[in-house]
Amino acid sequence: MIWTLDVALLLFLVVLAIGVVISKNLLAAAIIFSAYSLLMSIVWTQMNAPDVALTEAAVGAGVMTLLFVAAATRTRMVEEE
Amino acid sequence: MSLLSVIVRTATRWLIPFMQLFGLYVIIHGHASPGGGFQGGVIVATSMILYAIVFGLSAARKRATQRLRLVMESAGPLIYALIGVLGILVGGVFLEYRIIPLPYEPHITSEIMISIIEIAIGIGVMALCITMFYALAAEEALAAEEVK
Repeated sequence: MIWTLDVALLLFLVVLAIGVVISKNLLAAAIIFSAYSLLMSIVWTQMNAPDVALTEAAVGAGVMTLLFVAAATRTRMVEEE
Repeated sequence: MSLLSVIVRTATRWLIPFMQLFGLYVIIHGHASPGGGFQGGVIVATSMILYAIVFGLSAARKRATQRLRLVMESAGPLIYALIGVLGILVGGVFLEYRIIPLPYEPHITSEIMISIIEIAIGIGVMALCITMFYALAAEEALAAEEVK
């Protein structure tokens, strides 16, 4: 039954990636990217790469999100049409 | 002073030691289990960034001054390089730990040296991540002052 979990995770990853790209709000994009990194770390664990998973969780979901948010606060948050 | 509520401040004060302890655990167990200097250093740096977000940048700058961060940023790569050169000095190649003359078995010597290197990487990465966030946040604070 573990392959169903894998398929669900990968499908949700694709949905999140599309969400990051089409999001007009930079803060929302940063938060969605954080969720993407968290799911990606679970996928790395499923692929027997716990070292990469720990890096993804610490850097991708932690520091990168903070740096993106800190950078986004220096711009106009919402892209104009 | 902090703009955030007393709940956030108290929770942060309780959370930071556990984050730092987990970061140190990841660094120390880097040679035997998943993790290592980079990941642990990032986790420790995240605790300091949380402190900066909650208690303000000026309070955080007093905790991790620029001088301290400069010393740590330089000490990490320096220790790494010194351990590497130690292998050359005793007649091996760069980063060859096995032949370093310590009174232990070769694989124990190797593990000790890898642990020292992981700690050095952790120190360097931690100071660098904190500096990166401070630099971004400082420009933001500067822009806010200009608006005033």
